[in-house]
Amino acid sequence: MSLEELQEKIRRIEKGGHEKYHKTNESRGKLFVRKRLELLFDKGINIEDAFFANGIDDTLPADGVVTGIGQINGQDVCVMANDSTVKAGSWGKRTVEKILRIQETAIKLELPMFYLVDSAGARITDQIEMFPGRRGAGRIFHNQIQLSGRVPQVCLLFGPSAAGGAYIPAFCDIVIMVDGNASMYLGSPRMAEKVIGEKVSLEEMGGAKMHTSVSGVGDVLVKSEEEAIFYAQKYVSYFPANFHSTPKIQASQAPKAFDKSISEIVPENQNTAFNMYDLIERIIDENSFCEIKKKFAPELITGLSRINGQSIGIIANQPRIKGGVLFTDTADKAAKFIQLCDAFHIPLLFLTDVPGFMIGTKVERQGIIRHGAKMLYAMSEATVPKVSVIVRKAYGAGLYAMAGPAFEPDCVLAFPNAQIAVMGPETAVHAVYANKIAKLPEDKQADFIKEKQEEYQAEIDIYRLASEMVVDDIIHPD
Amino acid sequence: MMQEVKASMAGSVWKIAVNEGEKVEEGQDIVILESMKMEIPIPAETSGTIKELKVSEGDFVNEEEVIAVIE
Repeated sequence: MSLEELQEKIRRIEKGGHEKYHKTNESRGKLFVRKRLELLFDKGINIEDAFFANGIDDTLPADGVVTGIGQINGQDVCVMANDSTVKAGSWGKRTVEKILRIQETAIKLELPMFYLVDSAGARITDQIEMFPGRRGAGRIFHNQIQLSGRVPQVCLLFGPSAAGGAYIPAFCDIVIMVDGNASMYLGSPRMAEKVIGEKVSLEEMGGAKMHTSVSGVGDVLVKSEEEAIFYAQKYVSYFPANFHSTPKIQASQAPKAFDKSISEIVPENQNTAFNMYDLIERIIDENSFCEIKKKFAPELITGLSRINGQSIGIIANQPRIKGGVLFTDTADKAAKFIQLCDAFHIPLLFLTDVPGFMIGTKVERQGIIRHGAKMLYAMSEATVPKVSVIVRKAYGAGLYAMAGPAFEPDCVLAFPNAQIAVMGPETAVHAVYANKIAKLPEDKQADFIKEKQEEYQAEIDIYRLASEMVVDDIIHPD
Repeated sequence: MMQEVKASMAGSVWKIAVNEGEKVEEGQDIVILESMKMEIPIPAETSGTIKELKVSEGDFVNEEEVIAVIE
């Protein structure tokens, strides 16, 4: 083969699939795989693996996937990126082998692993070679599980992630979905109609909006591929390359300029809603918040951020939504986030204002105790520094779930209006004095309730709790 | 276009913050529920006019129950 012939082959492979598929992608706001990698990496892909895979077949350049190593902010990361201009990004034997090899490189070199997913799934015609065996697609997930907690795994979902392929996002630490293009589903709408008789659109069943707000399989909803790439670059900056190292400390920033003091943000009345984001912005380095699962279980805020340039994970109740009460999805969201931070040496800050776990038939049937236990387990087991700040109230098992004193947080700090109790004053008085209240004449009931509530309030006063060494310090926010 | 405002969780209607026929902005509170002893604001997801209020103060509502319709 002459140099010219080789160069010609390289040029052809670099172009990906047929022109018409490039055009279709363009009309949907989808970038070509090599353009995506150019945007993701500081200087494009540095080392590309198996560029000539399936080169014998002119219709399958690189066998529909680009794999290799590039740099993000000077840090080497491994990548696999589907090329949807080549047979819709479907997986053949060599596609799978390329993905396995780059994952195994990530294991060997302990580098973060990025998955740029845009694939129709398995090539059914190649199933014997790519599906069932030792080096079949199942091993991609096996490798992901081996990598989990050792190196960050990031999924950028640009297109479909169908059937078995939908497990790639599921095993990643974070799944960023482009609205309108990204989707995940085990069976397509066509298959659902055939097999179970359900008529449903792709967007409704497996679209980006649904997964980032209802199922919670997706973490971040973005409008464009550029935004997805920008988020991924920011996200990974909070993490070390692997679990042997600690996150890089960045230049310290002052918090965003504010016009309200913390006392003005947090209402004194325990029952009144306020926006927890206002408090978060007041304490973190400006522009350092990188929220995860913003639209899923929004009654709890989880996100990475920095204080004095140091990465921290924030878990904060949001009184503005559902009163900040913990539900099944809330607990599940918290558990996963805590495990993520714990795996990569990111300290945890709990901002507590929680009326407790939701009660009632509906949540009991959903297993609120089972899901709540997951949150407590993850929190208790985490070995990273844990700081618990009681912003307002911490009632019932809500106190425990938010790194309460019994779970060995490094410290528990309280604002002066904080209340820690099995339940709030209104509920407690009715629970304790129900019979007595019922026996009182109606005009005497209100006064009696008020008196008992005041007694209860004094009992759970934060100064009293500090005196009992339940909290380590009382901090006045002004 | 009609937009239904739904209860985010089970509770009782503590305060109705708007009247039928009133113009509301996206994010503006329509009603405030009381649940788990907390005030739970239910904001409008779109701007428009309150076409119908389906609840009165003191009513019990279930999660996902329609509270108001915005046009």
